[in-house]
Amino acid sequence: MTPYLFIGFAALLVTSSLLVILHRNPVTSALFLVLAFCSLAGIYLLLQAEFVGMVQIIVYAGAIMVLFLFVIMYLNLSHDIESGVQIALRRGTGWLVGAVVVAEGLALVGRHWFPGPFLEAIPGPRVGNTQQIGQALYTRYLFPFEITSMLLLVAMVGLIVIAKGRTAPPAAGDSGGPR
Amino acid sequence: MAALLENPDLQLAFWAIVKVLVILHAMLGIVSYMIFAERKVAGHMQARTGPNRVGPFGLFQPIADVGKLFFKEEFIPADASKVIFHIAPMLAVIPALVTFVIVPFGPGDAFVGTDLNVGLLLFFAMSSLGVYAITLGGWASNNKYALLGGLRSSAQMISYELAMGLSTIGVLLIAGSLSMVQIVHSQARLMHLGPLAVPAWNIFFQPLAFAIFMITAFAETNRAPFDLPEAEGELVAGFHTEYSSMKFGLFFLGEYMNVISISCIAVTLFLGGWNGPGPQSLGLLWFVLKLGALLFFFIWVRWTFPRLRYDQLMNFGWKVLLPLSLGNVVLTALVVYFTGGRP
Repeated sequence: MTPYLFIGFAALLVTSSLLVILHRNPVTSALFLVLAFCSLAGIYLLLQAEFVGMVQIIVYAGAIMVLFLFVIMYLNLSHDIESGVQIALRRGTGWLVGAVVVAEGLALVGRHWFPGPFLEAIPGPRVGNTQQIGQALYTRYLFPFEITSMLLLVAMVGLIVIAKGRTAPPAAGDSGGPR
Repeated sequence: MAALLENPDLQLAFWAIVKVLVILHAMLGIVSYMIFAERKVAGHMQARTGPNRVGPFGLFQPIADVGKLFFKEEFIPADASKVIFHIAPMLAVIPALVTFVIVPFGPGDAFVGTDLNVGLLLFFAMSSLGVYAITLGGWASNNKYALLGGLRSSAQMISYELAMGLSTIGVLLIAGSLSMVQIVHSQARLMHLGPLAVPAWNIFFQPLAFAIFMITAFAETNRAPFDLPEAEGELVAGFHTEYSSMKFGLFFLGEYMNVISISCIAVTLFLGGWNGPGPQSLGLLWFVLKLGALLFFFIWVRWTFPRLRYDQLMNFGWKVLLPLSLGNVVLTALVVYFTGGRP
């Protein structure tokens, strides 16, 4: 049954990823991105990486996509008209990066570094991989893990400074109400 | 034919479908009678009788309600984004239904959809997907009130999800597992406090976490006192202003499904799941009794407390609940570390 499920999820993932970049309406694109994340989570589940699969949905599909939708709704991208040079520049960069990625993929497959999709799953110890990931994160990868959390903290503090710092404090006696 | 029947994949699929059908219909029944109970309880709290005309004691009222919803005119606003307008109500029901897969309703494999070893994470994944229904419903209606309701709801649900997630970590530390079945088993023993024998339910070890979980549960399900997304005094009906007929019905169903699924999780995490006095075969009965008590609590709170103001809601979530639940995690971790497992 697993190969069929894999084909289903993989087809869904490829189709929805393509629709993310091909669809004209940005909100619909974002929704297809959610679908892509969910089908990726399904593939993780098939690989017996339950923890990664669930975290994929919680973090990407849940939290980030909601914020992304906020941005799209407030910016109202459909009315955003750009000059021809910018579009040409962006398209050119896109084609260039795409060509590099395709060349890399072809090279990897050509040298048989990927043995193909139907590899038998290597049975891990059945304690659940949550425990293993936790142990790896807090022992072997403790330093990178803590650095990442510092990075996020810095970004958060920076955001609050940007959001709040520019407004001058109200003068004494100013009630702040309408005049 | 015999070979086909013994195919393990087919057997798995068959039992999965049977379980899904049983859970689906049981939940639809519970939802319709919870709505009835809500109207009855609300009536008695306001010194009325509530619905009492259809059938004995008004017991057939849910059937009449659903029938009415089906025959209502279905209306779609001219400037709505059609596809998303149709998808949003479905998204309201599906995540709430998927959550029931991990709930152990009784002892043994027959009473649990599947014993996923990351069960609790599935619950959080589904509740984070639940935000989409309301946000998209509000956005696709192309109506200012609906959009405001949708945006309010997403801000509220994202804020309270954090505190909810952190409040369950204490339970995970005690049980040492994310599997709901394991969490229930960890609460099976009795504690002896002198002459008194008390069940080792997590509510006694984690009272603060239970309080935070219940408060955030009200916020996650958009129930009063946190029903700002549909505050009728200021937003008409909030995100579902433009929805009619069974599409509105699906939002309604999703809301109550969410209440039930979150109560099932609360029973499993904090109230010992199906554990109770008597033989194990009474497990399902104990689960249903605890679930009923929590559902009554939800109704009771709704008809007792006034709605919060939006800034109060945000301040409460970020400045009170989040630090409290973080403190609870640190404290529990220290106790578990120094006592070597069980507190």
